[in-house]
Amino acid sequence: MSAPGLGALRLDHPVMVASGCGGTGRELAPFVDLDGLGFVTRTLTRHPHPGGAMPRVVESPSGLLHAVGLHNPGLEVFLAEELPWLVRAGARVVVSFCASTLGEYAELTHLLASAPGLVGVEVNLSSPDADGVGAFDAREPFHAASAVAAVRRELPADLALLVKVRPDPVRVVETARAVRDAGAGAVVVGGALAAAMPDGRPAGLSGPAVRPVATAAVRTLVRTAPEIPVVACGGITTSEHVRDYLAAGAVAVQVGTGLLHDPTLITRLVHDLEETS
Amino acid sequence: MLAVGRAGAFRVLSLAAPGVPAAFRPGTFVVASPGDDRLAARAWWIHRVDPASAFGPTIEVVVDPGSPSGAWFADLAVGTRIALTGPLGRPFTLPRQPVAALLVGEGHAVAPLLALAERLRARECPVTLLVGARDEKHLLAVREARRLVRQVVVVTEDGSVGHRGVVADHVGSLLASSSAGVLYTAGRPDAVRAVASIAASSDVPSQVALEVPMPCGTGLCHGCVVAVVGDDAVPRQVRACTEGPVLPGHRIDWEALP
Ligand code: FES
Repeated sequence: MSAPGLGALRLDHPVMVASGCGGTGRELAPFVDLDGLGFVTRTLTRHPHPGGAMPRVVESPSGLLHAVGLHNPGLEVFLAEELPWLVRAGARVVVSFCASTLGEYAELTHLLASAPGLVGVEVNLSSPDADGVGAFDAREPFHAASAVAAVRRELPADLALLVKVRPDPVRVVETARAVRDAGAGAVVVGGALAAAMPDGRPAGLSGPAVRPVATAAVRTLVRTAPEIPVVACGGITTSEHVRDYLAAGAVAVQVGTGLLHDPTLITRLVHDLEETS
Repeated sequence: MLAVGRAGAFRVLSLAAPGVPAAFRPGTFVVASPGDDRLAARAWWIHRVDPASAFGPTIEVVVDPGSPSGAWFADLAVGTRIALTGPLGRPFTLPRQPVAALLVGEGHAVAPLLALAERLRARECPVTLLVGARDEKHLLAVREARRLVRQVVVVTEDGSVGHRGVVADHVGSLLASSSAGVLYTAGRPDAVRAVASIAASSDVPSQVALEVPMPCGTGLCHGCVVAVVGDDAVPRQVRACTEGPVLPGHRIDWEALP
């Protein structure tokens, strides 16, 4: 399947691994065949992030609260140690990243532009706690567009440029239009809702609780701006959920929290979708 | 689930688990999630395996029905299907030469030590097992252990069986009297910290199976990090579920643990 807007990211089926839930890929490999699978990495930053204090992941009704704090080894270590393995495993790798300034967005894109085997990037503008982790504040559509424009200028045309925006049914259209005009190939609608840990620390809420919210955002966006390709993400645990998002107009979906619950989930979804298609 | 047995205050669940016994090594675990509305996984140490029971390959896990998620598992009816993933994690490292070993566990954390004792015995390592608990009801596997190892020392906080006190009171003297060349322990960080420190101050290497919450168990969520110090003295973080749960005691940065 060559979904519109995904460019070099050719998908054999519409299910991808969402950012932050595929580990380094090695952990997922025993459960899911990575060959041909769209794999979005955890969000990478310029420098390594040790991540937040414990506990980092806590249950809440119908969702997981997480305050992992962008735990990642930094882009350079990722490129040297993790990317080659993922590419060898056959994954269609999309690097999720975020930066703290526009200049850093350009710099990171420059590093990514020549990474062997990469098929695309995903600019993460949907972190529920951008300030807490020192990320560029892209809440205003204008700022979101500036970040995407900085990436667009450095990114080779043949790499897919996905931009992940908050699953916010109220502001999603403005934001999506702004980043599309700035050069985004497709918009990923999803990621965590802003929430708090039981002890009050800022957190994200992911999982089933997000699905109706993300569904509303996807529907609004597809209806209002049908020219923008949308990848949907949020609370997928069954092939029904995938079909619902596709019926709402998404060109593909990403699966995240469900993998923490059942690491074989993608294999099952793909199998179910094939059975009934 | 094939059966639920009682072991004092604990429940021992027997589960048909094709593929798990063959790959099992002491210290590894399985994860399962209680239901679709509770999303974090629960990790259970594998207590015992039987590769060829009448029901095919089976495993046993020990559950504390006094803990919130333990109650959920302990109340499941025989015949319930549970999605299990495992065995996961790095197991205890076994010595190449026959050396004396001291195994220390409290409460349900004794679960992974019994199979370890068996494997150590198979390598001709003289094993001493120090088992602790709040009271008699929370003692696990003492009778089986007596058949299995050279010496079993029992400690309870209320003094109902064995010595009164906690395991840490006895680690030092048992390390000396057994001339142990290695110490193995399992449990929550606060419970095993003292045990590992005593081993360290006696210059005995320790292998610690850490019990920390593991929201996925498979390395995907980064929710189970433990601070360690590498050979190069550089502090870093590892995931208890993939780089652990068994870690060399001297590597663990106890100050950074909750
Ligand atoms: S429990 Fe999720 S990474 Fe260890």
